[in-house]
This record gives sequence, structure tokens and C-alpha cells, in this order.
Amino acid sequence: MRERLAGFARTLRDNGFAIGLAETRDALTVLTQPVARRPESLKPAFRSLFCATHSDWERFDEIFDAYWLGANVRRARGVSGGADAHTSLRRRADRAGPRGALGQPDHVGRRTEGDGYSDADGLARREGASRAENLAVTDFRHITDPADMARAHALAERLARTMRARLVRREQVRRRGRRLDLRRTIHRNVSHGGTPVELAWRRRKNKPLRLVVLLDASGSMSLYTAFFVRLLHGIVDAFREAEAFVFHTRLAHVSPSLRDRDVTRAVDKLSLMAQGIGGGTRIGESLATFNRWHARRVINSRTAVMIVSDGYDTGEPQRLADEMRRLRRRCRRIIWLNPLIGWRDYSPQARGMQAALPYVDLFAPAHNLESFAALEPYLARI
Amino acid sequence: MRVMTLDRNEISERLAAVGYVADRDIATALWLMEFLKRPLLLEGEAGVGKTEVAKSLAAVHGAELIRLQCYEGLDQNAALYEWNYQRQLLAIKAREAAGEDADRVEEHIFSERYLLERPLLAAIRRPSPPVLLVDEVDRADEEFEAFLLELLSDFQVSIPELGTITATSIPRVVLTSNGTRELSDALRRRCLYHYVDFPDVEREANIIRVRTPGIDTALALQIARMVSAIRKEDLQKVPGVAETLDWAATLAGLGVHDLRQASDVVHDTMMCLIKTHEDRARLTREVSERLLGKVA
Repeated sequence: MRERLAGFARTLRDNGFAIGLAETRDALTVLTQPVARRPESLKPAFRSLFCATHSDWERFDEIFDAYWLGANVRRARGVSGGADAHTSLRRRADRAGPRGALGQPDHVGRRTEGDGYSDADGLARREGASRAENLAVTDFRHITDPADMARAHALAERLARTMRARLVRREQVRRRGRRLDLRRTIHRNVSHGGTPVELAWRRRKNKPLRLVVLLDASGSMSLYTAFFVRLLHGIVDAFREAEAFVFHTRLAHVSPSLRDRDVTRAVDKLSLMAQGIGGGTRIGESLATFNRWHARRVINSRTAVMIVSDGYDTGEPQRLADEMRRLRRRCRRIIWLNPLIGWRDYSPQARGMQAALPYVDLFAPAHNLESFAALEPYLARI
Repeated sequence: MRVMTLDRNEISERLAAVGYVADRDIATALWLMEFLKRPLLLEGEAGVGKTEVAKSLAAVHGAELIRLQCYEGLDQNAALYEWNYQRQLLAIKAREAAGEDADRVEEHIFSERYLLERPLLAAIRRPSPPVLLVDEVDRADEEFEAFLLELLSDFQVSIPELGTITATSIPRVVLTSNGTRELSDALRRRCLYHYVDFPDVEREANIIRVRTPGIDTALALQIARMVSAIRKEDLQKVPGVAETLDWAATLAGLGVHDLRQASDVVHDTMMCLIKTHEDRARLTREVSERLLGKVA
């Protein structure tokens, strides 16, 4: 029985469950109890013990039945294993150390790194002669040389990091706004007989801006997708609070794959996901999915939602307008980046774009790196 | 430390006795929680009755329910303990006037008498184990979550001026989360997990019958079916069990016996279930008639 249980724990682990020794030990003691006599009563007990998230919860029964009731285990593994490869990867990374403790120094390091970049970048921009500068103003469509493209990619990542570094710096300066914390002051001065000798101050704790990016990966955007995917990687990697989604006919949450430290692999993975299947863009429906399933988790009061799309929607414009209105109510700002603005004589004629515009706070071009960099002061003010 | 460990069937019987209509699995989870002495994390959409589980658990064990409602910015002063500054200051002034020695004054004012218990401290200082409900833990900050985790593993608290306070009884801990924020893996792993779903039609009809005395069995079933159909519509705020009960009480109060005969009343009392303007606009008379036709 002990061995069977160890095998079960292994199967669960293979399916991305985070199971340690403690759970297995507890499961052993549960096996000695009357509930273990029948599978119907053992299942809910093991379920409560081994599951940690809703997705675990939903898959558990299938795996349990497969293992204990003799259905084909391998099949179950095949079904769930592939889809959740990234969860188990992420979990493994988490288990290596608590996210907070490890993350902190890492972030500081990265920030100084970012500052270095920002100086270099700023210098380049001021001198106006470097190759990077040229690249920054070239429309993504016109970059064809592979070496140039690689450089543009690197620039995109750097830009994303720079943006993050500056945002944080500004926040720290802003924290100077202070007022007296009466309760703490009294507390601290009880030992002085209530005469306020030491004062306690209250400082505003600013939540860092959270950025949620929804990237249109439809056929009409294909010239730009590769760059934005790269940029997305930079953003998700640099911001502690960033989430990324890709949509064409449906919406996919891609932050977990983007957190892959290996840039090329992450970008490859995502490019595959982003390769739009024919059938046009359904912006309205993708937004509806976002509003219904993801918004509550990823959006807080300091969230800017950035939609990168050309606004060519094959769905109903009314649907798009409805969903934009809903989204508008939830988040702080909606930024719509449209690469087409960079084209000469562009005016937002697409029906989808027309429907969405009333709910957009900032409608800006995004056809080259410079236009993207111009967003940064705006984001810092939010 | 605990006197009794009930087995699973006893727990479901007692749950029924206190008026909680449990699904089979929650009884197992509650038994396991008792058996392994681990906290229970309940997740699920708003309104599925997560808080109710903790209340019933307290009733089952005849224990006190101590509730800590989490919110953004919740800190230790609000959750754990606080000194009663006003009384401390008064005591200082009074003793100064009496010419007492400063050291003795300090010793006096940092004694138990001036300590204000907040829920977490209260939960570990009760003579018999209470049920501690940490409600909507996802609303609290990450720092607080870490602190909570520490408390849940050690069950002791150190107060700098007073020393370490060890638990006199280990509370039964129930945490609930609405999923507005991802909880840390450490907290998840510390807890047993149960996902609470909306009750199925039969169970909801039972809940209505238990909670709305004197309601017709057939009507309760109709109401449960109707609510279940409404939940399947594309709504912003899906009605919870509490809303169902409000609605059932309203309908019973208005003397409705059969939903089919009272489609006007059904439509007019829909505000018990539907709480936003948009949803209200979506559930037009036609829609409610259609749903009614399906369920009744």
C-alpha cells in the first residue's frame, strides 16, 4: 500500500501538483483510517490533501480514478501533462526558494542594470548619431537585415527595462508626501509620559503600476508581432507586476511562458502561440473572455491596460464597444497602441477602432521603438 | 489537546443538525482538518457559502467563532494586538501625580491590563479551541500573508514589551479566498484545500427548505431550478446562495405557490437576485419567461 501511495504521489507530481513529504506522510496516516476502506470516501480526503489550486481540483478526479481504479494511467498523464508543463516548471522554480526572498535582491540588481541602460540609451538619443537611434525611428516593417533585426529586438527589451526602472524611481521620490501618524506617535511616547518627543510619520505606500498587455497577433498585424512579442518579454521580465495576453480569434494568457529566463526559447514559444490561425481577429470576444475570466485577478486600481492592435475586428463593433466599456470601468487607464498611426495619412476608419475609441485614454502610434519610448512619461504619471 | 475527534459521518450528522446542508465532500474535508490538525483553505466564487462553512463548523463543535476580515492594508495592529494608549496615558498621569517611580510605571502600563486583543491573539488565548475564520485572505497584502503563515505554523506570538505568548489552545483555522489575487504557494501547501462550487439544484432546494421555514417543497425546487438557470446566463454578478434565500423568502412572503402562475411577481422580484443595472437590462421579461418555461 505504501508503495502504491508513493506511486500515486509521483503520478500527481508528474501532472504538476506541488506535493512534498508532508503531504505523503499525512496521506499515509489517512490510509489507516476508516475512510480509506472505500475509494468513494478516500477520494475526497486525498483531494483535499493533495490539491492546492482550483486547476488541481478539477483534474484530480481523473488522475485518482486512473491510478486507483485501474483506468489507463498513461493516458491521463498524456492529457494533462502537456498542457501543464509550464505550471510544473513554474512550481519547480518556486520551490527552489521563496519568490519574495529571492526576487528582491534580483530586482535591485536589475534596476541598476536598467539605470545603466537608460543612461546609455539617453546618451544615444541626445547625440542622435548612433545606429541605435536610426533603428529606433525605423518602422518595424522596413527592418529586413537580420543583424538589424536582432539589434532592434535587443533595443526593445532594453527599452522595456528602462521604462520599468524609471517608473520605480519616480515612485520613490513621490513617497516624500508624509503626514503625522498620531496613533504611533502616542505609542512611541508613552515612555516619555505622553509628551511627544519622538514623532512617527506616515508615508503613502504607492502600489507599483501594473501593466496588462493584450497583443493582437492576427494576420493583419503579422509584420509587427515579432517585435511586440520581444517587447512583451522585456516588460513581463522587468515589471514585477505585468501580465501579458495574446489574442487573434481567441485569447491566451502568456505570462507564464514569457517568464522563461531563456529569451530565445520564450520568444519562440510565444511566436508559435501568436501565429494567428486564419479567420480574422475577434477583438470583442477576446476582450469578453478577458473581462470574464482574467480581469478580476489581474486588474487592480493601479492597472494600465495596453492593447496593441490595428483595430481590424471581424466581430460585431457593438460587442467590442460593450466590452471596452466594461474594461474601462475596472482599470485605471486604457492605452491603445496602433502601429498604423505611424503610416502617413492614417485615420482610424476601421469600424472596430471607431467603436473602441471613446473608451481609450491614450491612442498612440507604435510602429517604431521611439514611439514606444514616448509612452514612458505617460505611464509614469498614471 | 482536543478532547474529541469526530469521524466523518458524525460530522455530517452534526452539520445537518445545525442546519447546514453539506455536500458529502465538505464533511470529509472537515474531518481531515480535525484529523491532521491543519488549516482549511476554501476557494470559490463569491456567494457560494464559504463563510457559512466556518460558521457551521463552529456550531458543530460548540466552539466560538472568531472572525478576521481581511482587507488591503490590514496590519498586525488590527489583526493581532494593540496597546490601549489612552488608558496607558491616563495611568501615567495618575501615577506621576502620586509620585511613583518611572520604572514601575512603565512595568505597570505594559501589562496585560492594557493589552487589547485583536482576532488572531484572541484565537490562541481562549481556554477551549475556537474556530478562527480568516475571511477573504486574498484581499490582505502579501506581507500579511507571510506573517499569517508564521503564526499558523508556530501558534505563538511575541510582543516585545510583554514576551512570548504561546497558544493555550490551537484554533481550528478556516481561510477563504475569492481569487482576487494569487495566494502564495507556501500558504497553499500549509492548508488543506476545498473548492466550493454553487450547490446543485437538489442541494440548493434543500438549503431553501431548511432556511425558509414553511416553504412548499415544490416551490423550493422550482426556485432552485430557476436560480440555476439564471446562473448559466452571461451575467456580471452571478447570484449567490444568500440571494437565492432572499428571493425564496420574498416569494414565500408574497404568497406565491407556483412560479408558473406568477411570472409577473417573478420578474418584479428579480432584484433580489440581480444586483447590477446591466444584468437587470439583460434579464428582460422575455428572458425570464423563457427561463421560467424551461424550469417550471
